Amino acid sequence: MDVYLPIANLAVDGLVIVALGVATGILSGVFGVGGGFLTTPLLIFYGIPPTVAAASAATQVTGASVSGVFAHSRKNGVDYQIGGVIVAGGMVGALIGALLFNLLRAVGQIDVVINILYVLLLGTIGGLMGREALQELWPGRFGGGGADGGKRQTAKRRHHPMIAGLPYRWRFYRSGLYISPLGPLILGVVVGILTMLMGVGGGFIMVPAMLYILGMSARVVVGTSLFNILFITMLVTMVHAFTTRAVDIVLAGLLLLGSVTGAQLGTKIAGFAKPEHLRLVLAAIVLVIALQMAYGLGVRPAEVYTVVPL
Amino acid sequence: MMRLLAFFLALIVAAQAPALAQSEDPILVPDISQHEIVLRQGFTGANLLLYGAVLDPADSDAQYDVVVVLKGPSEPILVREKDRFFGIWVNSDDTAYRSVPSFYAIASSRPVLDIVDERTAAIYELGLDYLQLSPSGSIDPAEQQRFAEGLVDLRQRQGLYGQYDTGVEISQGVLYRADIPIPSNVVSGRYVAETFAIYDGRVISSATSEVQVFKEGFELGVEEAANDYSFFYGLFAVGLSVFMGWAAGRLFALV
Repeated sequence: MDVYLPIANLAVDGLVIVALGVATGILSGVFGVGGGFLTTPLLIFYGIPPTVAAASAATQVTGASVSGVFAHSRKNGVDYQIGGVIVAGGMVGALIGALLFNLLRAVGQIDVVINILYVLLLGTIGGLMGREALQELWPGRFGGGGADGGKRQTAKRRHHPMIAGLPYRWRFYRSGLYISPLGPLILGVVVGILTMLMGVGGGFIMVPAMLYILGMSARVVVGTSLFNILFITMLVTMVHAFTTRAVDIVLAGLLLLGSVTGAQLGTKIAGFAKPEHLRLVLAAIVLVIALQMAYGLGVRPAEVYTVVPL
Repeated sequence: MMRLLAFFLALIVAAQAPALAQSEDPILVPDISQHEIVLRQGFTGANLLLYGAVLDPADSDAQYDVVVVLKGPSEPILVREKDRFFGIWVNSDDTAYRSVPSFYAIASSRPVLDIVDERTAAIYELGLDYLQLSPSGSIDPAEQQRFAEGLVDLRQRQGLYGQYDTGVEISQGVLYRADIPIPSNVVSGRYVAETFAIYDGRVISSATSEVQVFKEGFELGVEEAANDYSFFYGLFAVGLSVFMGWAAGRLFALV
């Protein structure tokens, strides 16, 4: 099924795009991440111009997170209070991100920076997540003597000492927290910048940060993360529509078609699969993407020469 | 069918040829299988057939070579080159070009350098090595060469540049035809096809025809909306994604 993309200016196989949407949709349904970190690189790999890929992926992530937010909010799984603070930070972050995006594009290093960010973030998070999943599946075998101690420590610690040191504490009932709103606000800013630069929802960084840095109750983490992803990607779509004009509605529509379906399937899978197994799979996917990007960065880039219109 | 068409065309023109041709030089009568390429749903690229006839009023048995060049609209671009910097590949050098054809394909009856010398090839821009890219700013020739090669290689792999050394078929010394593949990622604009009849290393006759490449209907609408009504376009994209996410949730709730 050939589809012509009017903004990307090329024809693609629509079924491939829909399949890609399904894959990322399943990820988002299962893990509460948007799946943008998978969409953007794969779209670029498929030949879509990088800016169009990032912009349209943001639009897709909005759709994939909507149904997740509804599902979780019915189960009281969204902390709107802390979510609102993170969204506020995210809006500031998205605008900073837009400035950075244009600045880096003018300097000519936008693609390099995006690749470095991908390698660093995905590599770190994939590694941490994979190690933790392995430790839970086979305690004692992975991570040496520190494995048990590390686990107990995570369970005991409420939130990172850095967060505890911030002033003006608020009570966030659903998250079970009494912390300064500056923590989630800064998290929001960081995620907003990343979303704008990388075309990702930022769930893969937000979920671990909520768990291990803010120390939010696990019950509300996925729902609140999706809530933030929803708002931040909406904003990023608007910013892209204004600045880069690279949102391809046809591409986004195809991706959406797949990902909203995938998200529903993902929610079902999440219901019966073992969380450690799921986390191990996500870690593997994340690491593969990170390695692929690292290869392009360190060994041989896909293209030595790139062309930009003047 | 095209071949037949070309043949009839040749006959018609041949009948008028004595009146038209006062000089000794042969006349080129070129045509293209389609003068419009519409970028819309279902477009996955096209094969453009450039055909025509070379009419020799002197009626000699000279064997002409035919070269056809199809060029897309020119645009100013910046070419960046990645280089290793502390172990990672970053963009290091760049060169700006004032006018680079967005599309360039050349087909010839024999390899270009068997037909003409380098000087002629450079004058008529015959071949990917002889594109006049007009770099702005002063950089040394070796560097200029490297960038030009990088650019040509990149565009060749994107299907936007091509050189088909035996892409022109000549039958009975009169009719010629060349198939030029157009990929789906071409830009809109006016494309010019130039046909050259070459004899003894000299271009003795040339003719041009045009192809218009444009978006129409829905595709044109989307492009215009994205550029002229960015706010509503963005809102629409957001609305669409929220709606589709919501609708999928409702649908699956029924299952």
